[in-house]
Amino acid sequence: MKVLIPPALRDYTGGNSAVQATGITLADLFADLERRYPGILFRIVDEQGALRGHIRVFVNSDAVRAMHTPLRPKDEVMIVQALSGG
Amino acid sequence: MKQITKQQARIPKPMAGKVSLLVATRKGAFILKSDDTRRTWKTSGPFFLGHIVHHVMLDPRDRRTLLLAARTGHLGPTVFRSIDKGKTWKEARRPPAFPKVPEGQRGRVVDHTFWLTPAHATEPGVWYAGTSPQGLFRSADAGDTWAPVSGFNDHPMYTQWTGGEQDGTPDGPKLHSILVDPRDANHLYIGLSSGGVFESLNRGRDWHPLNAGCLALFRPDPYPEYGHDPHCVRLHPLAPDILYQQNHCGIYRMDRTQGRWERIGTRMPKSVGDIGFPMVLHPRDPDCAWVFPMDGTAVWPRTSPGGKPATYVTRNAGRSWQRQDNGLPQTQGWFTVKRQAMSCDAHQPVGLYFGTTSGEIWASRNEGDKWNCIARHLPHIYAIEAVELAK
Repeated sequence: MKVLIPPALRDYTGGNSAVQATGITLADLFADLERRYPGILFRIVDEQGALRGHIRVFVNSDAVRAMHTPLRPKDEVMIVQALSGG
Repeated sequence: MKQITKQQARIPKPMAGKVSLLVATRKGAFILKSDDTRRTWKTSGPFFLGHIVHHVMLDPRDRRTLLLAARTGHLGPTVFRSIDKGKTWKEARRPPAFPKVPEGQRGRVVDHTFWLTPAHATEPGVWYAGTSPQGLFRSADAGDTWAPVSGFNDHPMYTQWTGGEQDGTPDGPKLHSILVDPRDANHLYIGLSSGGVFESLNRGRDWHPLNAGCLALFRPDPYPEYGHDPHCVRLHPLAPDILYQQNHCGIYRMDRTQGRWERIGTRMPKSVGDIGFPMVLHPRDPDCAWVFPMDGTAVWPRTSPGGKPATYVTRNAGRSWQRQDNGLPQTQGWFTVKRQAMSCDAHQPVGLYFGTTSGEIWASRNEGDKWNCIARHLPHIYAIEAVELAK
C-alpha cells in the first residue's frame, strides 16, 4: 500500500514523499517500513510500541493511534508530524 | 580539608595549537575552530539544523570519532556518529532505548539522550550515555548500537533513587556526569537530577549512593541518603579521588578516601551565593576549579546574579574564590549557562569557554582573567566541549 512520508522522515526514504509497504496491521506496516528503511521506526514509534506523542497517522481519512489497527492492501497511510515545537 | 599539594599522576604536557569547540544547541550543532593562538575563530555548521542536540562529544582515544545526541520536537531520540571529525555522519543502528515491557505494563521511554561519555582508555570503542528519564546505556561498538546498563536501570532501588517525574528538572529528569576512574574501568560515577551521586565499583553491575554531607533543602530530611540534585559532577583526571560538584544546594568537593562532600561554596560572596549549573576543573591542577554562579533565590531565575555575569575561580580547593568578570557585561547581562555549556582546553594558560541560552559563546585565553565574545546569534546553547581534533 501507499505510505505518505513527512519531510522530517525523508532522509530515511531517500527523499521520497511516498513509498510502498505492506502489513495487515499498522504495527506490521511499520515493521515493514523499518526493514526497507532502517532507523525510521524508532523515530515514530517508541520502545514500548506506542506512536510518539507528536506523530499522527491517518488511514485514508481516519486518524488512528492503535498499532493493531487493521489495514487493507488498498488503504493509503499518511504519517504526519503534528504541529508542535518552537 | 585535605588539599592536593602533590600531583598523583604525571602532569601531561599542555596542549598547543588549534582548539575546537563542539557546540550543541536547541536547533542543531556547530563547530568553532581557533587558530593556533586562540584569537580568531571560524564557525562551521549548523549540523542537523532543527534537531535538538543535547551533547556532542569527541572520543579522546582517536580524536576523530564524534558522537552527537539528537532528537527533534516530533521524532524520537537518536545518536549520530562521525568517524571523520564531523565531515560525514551516520545514524546509530540501535540508539539508547529501554527494554520493551509485557503488554499491559507501563514501560519507560527514552525522551532524549542527554549525556555522552567515552569509557576508559583501555576500552576503545566503548561509550556510556545518560538519558532522560534517568537511564544508563553502554555501547561497545563506538556508538552504533546501545544496550541498557541493567545494573542501574533495573536496580531494585531505581524508583526510590530517581523519584517521580515531579522530581526532575524542567526539561525532564536526567542521568548526567558519567565519570570513569582513569585508574580502573570498573569504577564509575553518575549524577541523577534528581537522585544524587551514585558509584559503581563493578562496571555498573551494582550501585550505591554517594551523597554524605550534601544538602538537599527540598527534602524533609535535608541530609538524606539520596534524592539530591547534583547539577554537574567532575572528577580530576590527575587526582581521581578528588570529586567536585555544582549542586542545586551549593558547591561541593569530596576526597573519595574520606567519602563525604564538603561544601566549599560557603566561601563565595553572600550576595552571589553558590548556586549554578556548570563546573570546570583545571586539567593540570586538582585544586583549581571554575563555576558560573546563577541566581537561585526565590523562584530561581537561573540568570547571572544582579544581571552581572562572572565566573569564579578557586585555586586552593575552595578555601577562597575570586571573581572574574573582565570583558563581560558589567550590567544588564542576564546570562543563563547550562550544566554542559562550560568547558576548558588544555593549553597553558588554560582557555575557558561558556555558551549562553541566548546563543553567545564567551572565551578566555587566560584562565578567566579576560573574556571575549567569540560567537553571537547562535540558537539556545545546551553544551560546549573544548577539544583537540586529530590533524
